[in-house]
Amino acid sequence: MSSWPILSLVTFLPLVGALFCLVVNGPKEAVDRNCRSAALLTSLATFLVSLVLWVRFDPAKASFQFEEKLDWVPALSIGYHVGVDGISLFFVLLSTLLTPICILASWESVQVRVKEYMIAFLVLETFMVGMFCALDLALFYVFFEGVLIPMFLIIGVWGGKRRVYAAFKFFLYTLLGSVLMLLAIIAIYWQVGTTDLPTAMEKLELPFTWQCWLWLAFFASFAVKVPMWPVHTWLPDAHVEAPTAGSVILAGVLLKMGGYGFLRFSIPLLPEASQYFAPLVFGLSIVAVIYTSLVALVQEDMKKLIAYSSVAHMGFVTIGAFIMNMQSVQGSIFQMLSHGIVSAALFLCVGVVYDRMHTREIAAYGGLVHRMPRYAFTFMFFTLASVGLPGLSGFVGEFLVLVGTFKANTWVAFLATTGIILGAAYALWLYRKIIFGELTKDSLKGILDMNRREIAVFLPLVLITLWMGIYPSSFLDPMAPAVDKLIGDYQAALKLARTAALAP
Amino acid sequence: MDLAIKLIVFLPLLAAAIAGLFCRVIGDRPAQIVTCAALLIAAALSVFVFVRIGFGPESGKLIVVKLFTWIGSGTFDVDWALRVDTLTAVMLIVVTGVSSMVHVYSVGYMVEDTSIARFMAYLSLFTFFMLMLVTSDNLVQLFFGWEGVGLASYLLIGFWYDKPSANAAAMKAFIVNRIGDFGFALGIFAVWMLSGSVGFADIFAKGPEMAQMRIQFLGMNLPALETACLLLFVGAMGKSAQIGLHTWLPDAMEGPTPVSALIHAATMVTAGVFMVCRLSPLFELAPMALQVVALIGAATAFFAATVGLTQFDIKRVVAYSTCSQLGYMFFACGVGAYSAAMFHLMTHAFFKALLFLGSGSVITCLHHEQDMRKMGGVREKAPQTFILMWVGTLALSGIGVPFILGNGLGFAGFYSKDAMLESAFGVHTTVGMIAFWLGVIAAFMTAFYSTRLMFMTFYGKYRGDHHTWDHAHESPAVMLIPLYVLGIGAALSGLVAYDWFVGHDWKAFWGQSIAVRSTEEVLHHAHEVPLWVKLLPLVFAVAGILLSYYYYIVRTDMPARTVKAFPGLHALFFNKWYFDEFYDAVFVKPALAVGRVLWKKGDGAVIDGLGPDNIAARAQDMAGVLSRFQSGYLYHYAFVMLIGVAGLITYFMYSMLVGR
Repeated sequence: MSSWPILSLVTFLPLVGALFCLVVNGPKEAVDRNCRSAALLTSLATFLVSLVLWVRFDPAKASFQFEEKLDWVPALSIGYHVGVDGISLFFVLLSTLLTPICILASWESVQVRVKEYMIAFLVLETFMVGMFCALDLALFYVFFEGVLIPMFLIIGVWGGKRRVYAAFKFFLYTLLGSVLMLLAIIAIYWQVGTTDLPTAMEKLELPFTWQCWLWLAFFASFAVKVPMWPVHTWLPDAHVEAPTAGSVILAGVLLKMGGYGFLRFSIPLLPEASQYFAPLVFGLSIVAVIYTSLVALVQEDMKKLIAYSSVAHMGFVTIGAFIMNMQSVQGSIFQMLSHGIVSAALFLCVGVVYDRMHTREIAAYGGLVHRMPRYAFTFMFFTLASVGLPGLSGFVGEFLVLVGTFKANTWVAFLATTGIILGAAYALWLYRKIIFGELTKDSLKGILDMNRREIAVFLPLVLITLWMGIYPSSFLDPMAPAVDKLIGDYQAALKLARTAALAP
Repeated sequence: MDLAIKLIVFLPLLAAAIAGLFCRVIGDRPAQIVTCAALLIAAALSVFVFVRIGFGPESGKLIVVKLFTWIGSGTFDVDWALRVDTLTAVMLIVVTGVSSMVHVYSVGYMVEDTSIARFMAYLSLFTFFMLMLVTSDNLVQLFFGWEGVGLASYLLIGFWYDKPSANAAAMKAFIVNRIGDFGFALGIFAVWMLSGSVGFADIFAKGPEMAQMRIQFLGMNLPALETACLLLFVGAMGKSAQIGLHTWLPDAMEGPTPVSALIHAATMVTAGVFMVCRLSPLFELAPMALQVVALIGAATAFFAATVGLTQFDIKRVVAYSTCSQLGYMFFACGVGAYSAAMFHLMTHAFFKALLFLGSGSVITCLHHEQDMRKMGGVREKAPQTFILMWVGTLALSGIGVPFILGNGLGFAGFYSKDAMLESAFGVHTTVGMIAFWLGVIAAFMTAFYSTRLMFMTFYGKYRGDHHTWDHAHESPAVMLIPLYVLGIGAALSGLVAYDWFVGHDWKAFWGQSIAVRSTEEVLHHAHEVPLWVKLLPLVFAVAGILLSYYYYIVRTDMPARTVKAFPGLHALFFNKWYFDEFYDAVFVKPALAVGRVLWKKGDGAVIDGLGPDNIAARAQDMAGVLSRFQSGYLYHYAFVMLIGVAGLITYFMYSMLVGR
């Protein structure tokens, strides 16, 4: 236990920066400059504080750490209860890492309403971190929904041409799911008399039919977020229209809310239903892997291609989560973290050329390697990480998921593994069209290579991708006890249910 | 010793990093010096390690240098570790030996290129991955090296990235290899599931146990070890370009010639053979899988040779020859002659690298001409290359004088090819017989097409344009010295290494690094085959050379007349049995078409059409309908109210009736 509320500090520190931005006044240029710096500094400070979290985290413990518990709505026994375990720790770090990178990446590309933009990002960070720390269902719901608001604004205000359509599609899809989740949370509240998650995990005992209904309600919300086929169609539109940094957060963190939700809520709270519905999840995930990979093969827009590849990669995550053995669950979490870094970097790569050419059409590029060797290297690096080259982060997650899956179900493993072939096909095709070939287009003849700010954006991501690929133990070891406990509890619950069913 | 092993593996990586990341700071020349020096040191150290391991005492035959944990998740535990036994030591010699020669050669070959440092960096990076592959101590690290060499191959095939054909070939190589890796990955999963480990020592110990198990795979109940071995072999087929997954190898000739020599002849493509030999303690317990290996190998040896007969691109002839020779190695593995396969792997690395680099020398001599129809008479201009190419050709054809000096006296291929064919015959199985006969016929074709290459290139009159001819010249020393080194290997490696690999010293040499039981059995039978079996390959090879001489020197109109006589057969061979066309029609085009349909129809029309867009449209319709009610006329509202009241009353009355 920490003596000072470090989790709350990580969660709410960005709001301090947001407040500062809010009160800054003066000529536009000065305001813009100050807001940018303030946002960068606060988000960097937040990241540093979150690193303290990692250092002081006890990797041997399975329980929640850095817990804080305050009354919030005592009449309904809703509390402000936060804490992290090995599963959520790295998602907090992922959020705090990507926010400063996003702010740095938007340094020059965002020129209108800079102040509001920075505020939106800082508020978004608070909601994201809060969501991963929340140990109270009501609190979780508040943060989970809260994330929608700044993201909606970021797409709707700073987005591309069809931004309003995309923003509404995004909002409606995700809201529809969330409403059902709220119903499920209320139902759980009536059952256990509190929204406290650890208490609910212990006490919640529901008949099987009820479990199924609640599971479906949670599923509606999380499946949209992941996104799973067939509720994925908001993602390509949202990505295409979102500004670069918006896509980075969307792909890097927001998609993980779904996978995290499955592991934190669906599986521990509703184990029997999770087992019952696992085949459904496998089916949808396999369709996602194959279907979206094929669709990605024929895309004409860079961002759409990467968006579809995200759906395919997240298919591995959902498979791994529901296979429920050590390798698959760790792989699933690792895949989310890796995808958070790699797809974020790929969207940043698109952003680099979009800032220069203002088009995302693949056909508008070609031969960039001649003018942009540093960019070519970076893009190649993350393309390879995305196709799961061993030694880079993408491999570890994918491989662990598949190795765990094979043990449980060879069909699922076989079909999912086809994804590694298709993944290579579309990723290399994209790379070839944009980077290789002769530089013939006049519009590209003056294009400049990455500048120092852009290198600063990518360098940490390159190093982390290598680190995760070569020495993943730094990440796998701290999460192991928590995953072990998750699986142990799950199997104990299933065993209990079986013996109860056998008893007269 | 540990330090030497670490240096061998990591010096190339260091050199690649220096040359690749700082090339613009340090320039081309230092990049060449750094990479060449690193490789030459690694090669020297490899000789040291080879001598110590191969001829050391029994106890020193296996060294494992553990670096650190790679992936640890529950019972799935993988380390980064370097394992060196005799099998690895042989590969170390081959890899660092050929690689260092190719590095030096590239200094001369790439002299006019604009990205020399990048090229050298890629070569060194490749070498690092290849060394990680051969020193791996577990299946996952093997997979790391496996994919890594695939990456390096992709980068080097597409090295001239302005050429669309080079880009396409690079992508094809990567994706076709991924299909193989798909099987390899499933094989690793299966082995882990069965044995609970991916470390070689553990899985070999569990081998006999696994042979008894059965596995539920894709709804079928199959013998476990056979399934696992077959899946692993799919990976080997991809990397070693065996029939079905071979289509990337000829296209890979788009890369610079040193790349073809290093990656697509001597080292990377032999990784599949190495893998089967490395896992021979498992394969020897899976007889059905071995039969498949033997048949695929024999079929490839035959098929690729037929295609090689008809090609005109000098590099493609050598490429198909590589494909065919790899087939030989696989059928040797398939009949249990792992040591013979490794023997041929080693000799082949020397003479095939020699042939490729020699072809490269011819190509630079004729100003980047690769079409043999536009060559001829080159021996005048490049006499040293000419002689060295003959050494390679005779080694490939397996020419030698039998019975003298005990084992006979001949070029490297003479010993290794005979060892494989004798083994195939010696096992006296149907599969062995098929392999033997296909191999003998392929030996005839091999001799024919490789001497055809010689005659078309070096003999007769020059058939290209005169401007090129006037500027044609012998290659510089920096290119010729590596050729001489490889030439010595191609001439002598068979003679020197025969006893260690397949002769009477084999047990002391190999130790436990390959499956001992089946090797013993097969070598025993191989030495006792009838005389005609020992002579037949040589007779066929000589016949091939003579026929080729007749066709391309004596009666130069014969090739055209033969083509006219067998137009169908020629078209089949010339068009590589239509594999590419078949795959394009069956896999590539449908995949793209399905993708387009799923995108426009699936995502667009069905999901969006019924889902969000539909809901939005219906909501708008509904709003339109509802807004009509708000007409502002009092009697409209009154009327609706009345209907509502009537409805409510009906409901209450009805429910009261029912309630009673």
